[in-house]
Amino acid sequence: MKFSEQWLREWVQPEASTQELVDQITLAGLEVDDVEAVAGEFSGVVVGQVVTREQHPDADKLSLCQVTDGTETFQIVCGAPNVREGLKIPFAKIGAVLPGDFKIKKAKLRGVESFGMLCAEKELGISDANDGLMELPESAPVGEDFRSYMGLDDSIIDVDLTPNRADCLSVAGLARETGLLFKADVQGPAIEAVAAVIDDVPSIDVSAPDACPRYCGRIVRGVNVKAETPLWMVEKLRRGGVRSIDPVVDITNFVLLELGQPMHAFDLNQIDTGIRVRMAEAGEKLTLLDGQEIEPSVDTLVIADHAKPLALAGVMGGEGSGVSEETTDLLLEAAFFNPIVIAGKARAHGLHTDSSHRFERGVDYELARTAMERATQLILDICGGQPGPVVEVASEEHLPTPAEITLRKSRIELVLGLSFEDSEVEDILTRLGMKVEAVEGGWKAVAPTYRFDMAIESDLIEELARIYGYNRLPVRTPTAAIPLAKAPEDKVSVGDVRRTLVARGYHEAITYSFVDPAMQKAMDPDLPGLELLNPISSEMSVMRTNLWAGLVPAAGYNLKRQQPRVRLFETGLRFVPTEEGLQQKPTLAMLAVGNRLPQGWTETDTPVDFFDVKGDVEALLARTGSLTNFRFVADKHSALHPGQTARIDKLVAGEWVELGWIGALHPATQKAVGIKQTLYVVQLDQELLLQTAVPAFNELSKFPEMRRDLALVVDLGIQVDQVLEQIRSQAGEYLTKLNLFDVYTGKGIDSDKKSLALGLTWQHPSRTLTDQEVNDSVEAVVSQLEQQLGATLRG
Amino acid sequence: MENLEALTQQALAAVSEAQDVAALDQVRVQFLGKKGEISALMKNLGNVAPEDRPKVGAVINEAKNQVQDAINERKQALEAAALEARLAAETVDVTLPGRAVQEGSLHPVTRTLERIETFFRNAGYDVAEGPEIEDDFHNFEALNIPSHHPARAMHDTFYFNANTLLRTHTSPVQVRTMEAQQPPIRLICPGRVYRCDYDQTHSPMFHQVEGLVVDKGISFADLKGTLQELMSVFFERDVVLRLRPSYFPFTEPSAEIDIEWVIETPEGTKRRWLEVGGCGMVHPNVFKHVNIDPEEYTGFAFGMGVERLAMLRYGVNDLRLFFENDLRFLQQFR
Repeated sequence: MKFSEQWLREWVQPEASTQELVDQITLAGLEVDDVEAVAGEFSGVVVGQVVTREQHPDADKLSLCQVTDGTETFQIVCGAPNVREGLKIPFAKIGAVLPGDFKIKKAKLRGVESFGMLCAEKELGISDANDGLMELPESAPVGEDFRSYMGLDDSIIDVDLTPNRADCLSVAGLARETGLLFKADVQGPAIEAVAAVIDDVPSIDVSAPDACPRYCGRIVRGVNVKAETPLWMVEKLRRGGVRSIDPVVDITNFVLLELGQPMHAFDLNQIDTGIRVRMAEAGEKLTLLDGQEIEPSVDTLVIADHAKPLALAGVMGGEGSGVSEETTDLLLEAAFFNPIVIAGKARAHGLHTDSSHRFERGVDYELARTAMERATQLILDICGGQPGPVVEVASEEHLPTPAEITLRKSRIELVLGLSFEDSEVEDILTRLGMKVEAVEGGWKAVAPTYRFDMAIESDLIEELARIYGYNRLPVRTPTAAIPLAKAPEDKVSVGDVRRTLVARGYHEAITYSFVDPAMQKAMDPDLPGLELLNPISSEMSVMRTNLWAGLVPAAGYNLKRQQPRVRLFETGLRFVPTEEGLQQKPTLAMLAVGNRLPQGWTETDTPVDFFDVKGDVEALLARTGSLTNFRFVADKHSALHPGQTARIDKLVAGEWVELGWIGALHPATQKAVGIKQTLYVVQLDQELLLQTAVPAFNELSKFPEMRRDLALVVDLGIQVDQVLEQIRSQAGEYLTKLNLFDVYTGKGIDSDKKSLALGLTWQHPSRTLTDQEVNDSVEAVVSQLEQQLGATLRG
Repeated sequence: MENLEALTQQALAAVSEAQDVAALDQVRVQFLGKKGEISALMKNLGNVAPEDRPKVGAVINEAKNQVQDAINERKQALEAAALEARLAAETVDVTLPGRAVQEGSLHPVTRTLERIETFFRNAGYDVAEGPEIEDDFHNFEALNIPSHHPARAMHDTFYFNANTLLRTHTSPVQVRTMEAQQPPIRLICPGRVYRCDYDQTHSPMFHQVEGLVVDKGISFADLKGTLQELMSVFFERDVVLRLRPSYFPFTEPSAEIDIEWVIETPEGTKRRWLEVGGCGMVHPNVFKHVNIDPEEYTGFAFGMGVERLAMLRYGVNDLRLFFENDLRFLQQFR
């Protein structure tokens, strides 16, 4: 909320500079976002009036004016389009200094002398308006110092109020808070009941008293809506961020800013018979002041007449029933609406108004009549008219009742860690407007009707702490007994996994969890991601089912910036819709593209390939257990190259469980994402990856190892894993190592074959193996390979 | 015997002419070997008169020693020269870069979170994570934010449907923990959170770390002490902390956490208060939602923006850099 500091100081006069005031209220929880001078620094500007205006002899767009300051007349050349005879304007005379230390001197414009300058608002630092001169009302006193005439030695304070402090959404409320913080008296303008001079009373029927426990209406006839809103009011509104419209609307807005009571003025002659405060009926429509036609839901409170809804209660008036230029008779409304009924109704129609903002948070339910009298008096003062009596329809049973709250001394000390003096507690609560009564072990307090956030003991403790000062409360360094932390060894930490990848050259990325639907579809064509109802943009509208949807664009971003080599990884959730519901799976993903190694004096620009990335994955897997607990199985994945894709399985309690995928992106996917170089991607289930076993010691054998090397020729299509599996099946239980140390194709080997070189090592735990035993194993292996895979020994 | 002198001279000349160890060995064999020319003289000693034998023998031995010494000396010189040549040949330019994979890097958000986690683990806190797609109850209702509460407007929430949303804070993890566990509780919840807001200073996704302590006798003083320690440990200096009253439906009293930021500029030292998070004493209504007796237990909670802390710690000046994943940015956090 924005307000004028001077206006506040009319109510309360703390002995504090602007800065001290702002600091103090900020530290009391009313956070000041901004303090802005009402106008720039300037001097030597007076209210001037244009006496005559002629065309400049040598310039189409310039005027030649005679301007008076009340005593003398000056010749001024002016370029503003709205300059005209009789107009009153801010007039910067010779010697004036405008914002930015701009000194006004005698000047010659297109050969004609000019003795000063007529000002636009922007030139005086009042607003950004710069399309013409600032037009002053006809009542402006010519010759008076412009600064003092406008009361410009003022600041606009913008305070960001939390939702619980609706009581401060007015100058009166802010003054109350300022007064209690500075222990200063608060004195607003005297508001007295305005006597009725006519007998006309509105008919008011409230059929929803729970939603509207109090409704005040009053008729004022013979009002001149063409009267001019006085400058002091226009300026207070402007500094409160409200534009002047017409005097009646200005007055209701003024009362809203001053007292915090939203009001509405109806054109009495547009109302059919009388007011009905009721819930909306199904299907009925209402056109609001902003021109929007709405169909309020049946849980919406409306102000209606006997024919139609007139206004969305507590939010906005309707078109046609408000004050217009033809209006002469008014029906003024000041009501208390139940915050729960108003809450969300403005937002439901894309609205947020000063009125809904206050009613949603809670308006003092004892304020309506006071506000009505204040507004009536202002209308009579400014627009004239004859007021009728106030009609008030109230339902005591539905009006809020202030809670009687018990505050225990012991609880204050427990929560705040400080024992307060009784007198201090009583002083603070009383200053807060509470009725306080001492009882055994504490107090009973009743909160004022403007505080909607006072219901339980904690509310009072917070207020005590707030007024006493959070920063004066004690500090206790935590020293509690610490339960010793568990250190499970069967789980690798995600930090270890990250560091393994970092050591292998991968950079950790963090990408958005919501991705471009096109990217999501490219990476996971068969699994539609969950869609957001209200995304920031269509490129961030669907939840990833797959981390590649974020990593691939990140790689693209870097490739576009001439990075020859990109290695990224990310950990995070992916969101997988399944038949059993949505699964949110912790996932680790990796991506590699570009050169195998950083370009350097030892390296050529070899591109990364499948086995580079597989080596990185194996390093990761080795971190979490023996590599024999994992297998890479050639498989198909819709986003990946059919010939370069493996499903990675992990052996868990004797069963192979899918751990993830590794592969090159499918060329069609590459094309879809617009990246030419081959991208290699990996995705692993993080929880499964991190599971490991506590190492169990195996006795070291004291007996010699026996090694035999085999050179086999097999069909190109045979996978190494098949060969290794057959060897293991026949090599006997004492085979301790099996190492593939060469794969060869080319000269000396048929073109549809490949040669594999394997080292087999045996060792017995408790004796020396004989040559015969080992030779028997080798024979069994070779014969198995011949039979099962058609392998031959290379000669 | 006169040819002993000649032989010795001949041998010494050969030694000094030998150009490598192999040639030198040839010289040794030629003169001093079993069948060597000087050794042969010794064999002829039988032809010398017995009374002269010791003397003649001594003369031959002396000649042998003289040649052997020359050989040894020459050998050492040749070996030294050979080593010298090898070393020269093997010299590399030590300023050439090493042959290694370039190190990757941890994301600054991870780096920041790890430091905070370490601080709290050392203080006996657990670290808990939870779902990011949440239900209305855990994100709002259980935290004392009923529907239509104006505080919901403080959370620009992403929705999937009326009841399913992206969590706007990590507080739901606290709720889930309190549902499952009675006090004492010491917990931090780091993770991604989401707000429907996107401009220079707001990202629709960012990271929070929240903390929760529930036990008997926990007070606002413990909260202040914990935050003070955390900030000083995190920034590795004495940080001046300020708590500013605020409002969160799930804590009361509630406060914004400000730290004093000192900037040295050419015009002098400037001090500013910077907001780094929010905190407060757990609201009794929150305890009631999770069946913890607010009369028996009290607790505090706090939450901080991780990117904010990382920006302050590392001097990052644009929030958006955290999610662009530009390698030139990431590489700076090695």
